[in-house]
Amino acid sequence: MPTKFQRWKESITATDIVMWGIGFALLVFIILGSILTLRAGRYTPVQWFDFVIYGLAQGSIYALVAMGYTLVYGVLRMINFAHSEVFMSGPFTAYYVAAYFYRSSLLESHPVICLIIVFIVSMSISTLIAFLLERIAYRPLRNAPRLIPLITAIGASFTLMYLFRGLYGTGFQAYPVWKIFDGKWALFQGLEIGKMQLFVIFAAALVMIALYMFIQRTRIGKAVRSVSEDKEAASLMGVDIDRTISITFIIGGAAAGAAGVLYALVFKQVFFMMGFIPGIKAFTAAVLGGIGNIPGAMLGGLLLGLLESIGPALFLDGYNIVAPYQLKDAIAFLVLVLVLIFRPTGLLGERLAVKKA
Amino acid sequence: MKRSLALFFTLFMFVAASVVFAAPPTDPLGVVTIKPGDPIHIAYWFVTAGPDSTLGVDTKRGVEIAIDDIKNNLLGHKIKFDGQDSGCNAEGGQAAATKLASDPTIVAAVGSNCSSEAKPGAPILWNAGIATVSPSNTAPYLTDPKRGNTYDGYLRTAHNDKVQGAVAADFAFKKLKVKRAATIHDGSVYAEQLANVFAETFKKNGGTIVAQEAVAPTDTDMKPVLTKIITAKPEFIYYPIFVAAAGHITRQVKEVSGYEKVALMSADGAYSVDFYKAAGESAVGMYHSSPDFEAFGKVYEDFLAKHLKKYGEKTLAPFHAHAYDAANLIFKAIEKVAKKEKDGTLYIGRKALRDALYATKNMKGITGTINCDQYGDCADPRIAVYKTGAENIKTLVMPKKSFWKP
Repeated sequence: MPTKFQRWKESITATDIVMWGIGFALLVFIILGSILTLRAGRYTPVQWFDFVIYGLAQGSIYALVAMGYTLVYGVLRMINFAHSEVFMSGPFTAYYVAAYFYRSSLLESHPVICLIIVFIVSMSISTLIAFLLERIAYRPLRNAPRLIPLITAIGASFTLMYLFRGLYGTGFQAYPVWKIFDGKWALFQGLEIGKMQLFVIFAAALVMIALYMFIQRTRIGKAVRSVSEDKEAASLMGVDIDRTISITFIIGGAAAGAAGVLYALVFKQVFFMMGFIPGIKAFTAAVLGGIGNIPGAMLGGLLLGLLESIGPALFLDGYNIVAPYQLKDAIAFLVLVLVLIFRPTGLLGERLAVKKA
Repeated sequence: MKRSLALFFTLFMFVAASVVFAAPPTDPLGVVTIKPGDPIHIAYWFVTAGPDSTLGVDTKRGVEIAIDDIKNNLLGHKIKFDGQDSGCNAEGGQAAATKLASDPTIVAAVGSNCSSEAKPGAPILWNAGIATVSPSNTAPYLTDPKRGNTYDGYLRTAHNDKVQGAVAADFAFKKLKVKRAATIHDGSVYAEQLANVFAETFKKNGGTIVAQEAVAPTDTDMKPVLTKIITAKPEFIYYPIFVAAAGHITRQVKEVSGYEKVALMSADGAYSVDFYKAAGESAVGMYHSSPDFEAFGKVYEDFLAKHLKKYGEKTLAPFHAHAYDAANLIFKAIEKVAKKEKDGTLYIGRKALRDALYATKNMKGITGTINCDQYGDCADPRIAVYKTGAENIKTLVMPKKSFWKP
């Protein structure tokens, strides 16, 4: 009668051992680097706090975009590469509204109303683009082999990118400054938090909670969950599959539109290729947290933002590596590799009822 | 009998050909033949899309004005001027150069804008026998004796950053009297080399380089790296990078504590109207090293008047005049080497054209006297430092007067 340990020992292959070796080497490298950095005492606690806030602000934007990837993956089992263009379309269009408010000095007199209108415009455009994308590009290919929607997604991504390039030109535009977000709030002990960062974190959290509640608590949300579990069974139970998939895209689009405005408020520059990098990062975040899993996308996004912000200083500074911030993407992806070695389905696991094909 | 007839006929054809066509010139790299009525094709590879597109549009306009000034007539032929977007990165430069290299009608090229594009692109063009003159590549490597013979077809009318980096360092040390400086580059050939020249000169002057950091050109969140730099307590930051990233740094400096008294300086790659758009009011009071427009003289004023009339706006970036000179350099060299038939057919030898470009001496250009050395450095480099004022941001117009000169 083999014990549990013996069975476990037999199931291990050489690949597993090599992977664990790499994983542990990375882990030791990271921990040793962190200890060296902390012992050098180069950064004050206030600066560490700042790193965390910057990371959370960036991460919550990633998390919002990652939700779009994860929702679509949940229902269609495909990576919607055009989601980065959904993210771009909203804020790029809403820029023209914001610029109008700025010119007519409405921005100065009614900043909050202007902000809400900009959010509404951006979210509706992103939602519309996401809806049309599913209708035109993905629905006709619903039953095609898995590779075909994937390639279509890449094609749709380029089409949308260059459509907006044609619409609004090749140059970039800069969002006006909302004066209400200037400055910082002093907390205690010299800790300060930028009003902009605070707003981004709160707004993103609000949108995420709202969407999560929508998925978990409403009838439509239940339909989305049932489709993601088993399409055929759901349709036998009377769930309208087409409608549910459309709704999934709409939710993802709304989140991306909100994330886009937050991104534009923080970084100001919008142009037709602005979605590419955040799109890739958000996709990474979704995989990190476990694709198909909504809390996973949130966790992955925040973690990725934190890693990019703190990682280079914490892990590499101790080794006296020159210009560590050039390696921030490398660090983020290294940690992704590390996570996937130990947990191949991401931090919180893929939430799939059936095995992937 | 038949055989001798054939032989005679062949011989006759040869003689006839040499009489009628007066022997098209030969060239080790091939000859471009331009039939009567056909245009002379000169191509650009500039950044015409994305955050750095002002650089491309500005230089493109410089060439267009040069074409207007010769009344679009070079040896009785019109000039066809089109090209490719080169994206301001190595991949874009390689792609643009490959596309140009596949077009045998191209006589010469103007470009690229960013040094990162030229590094892989210039050898591709030269492999196809196309010489290229850059109006805005400034990285020292491109005209360094160690660059290798694959760059034999490459010249530039822009200054070498050995000059610009040293001027910036002298400005920081002598004029602003700062002792502790930090640099940020973005991994591009241009930024990395310029930041290094700055650091070397600053150290030679007696200052300390407290941090040499790097970001990626596509990075948006600069606050973490700025927080890291401030722990080294710099009094001055030099970030000779491009518009998008430089804009993010300039804005976010205000959000990180500790930077209240730190002077900011960037370089010609981010000295444009688009940078003012990207950085907004946070750019007020910062410095840029750039070509010295006051040294350009009277001809430049005429150029500006033509520019305003043709495009309805002021110049967008610092290299329009260099582009004008680059175009004229090519026109003069074509005039020198082109063989013209009676019917108007032109023959331009590729190697001959390249040699003529390199042989340019004492050509009067807008940017000064153009003298090409054996590695293709043709500029008459004069650098000044400019300071941005509040009205520059408000009206989106570049400063007129320089702030400091070496």
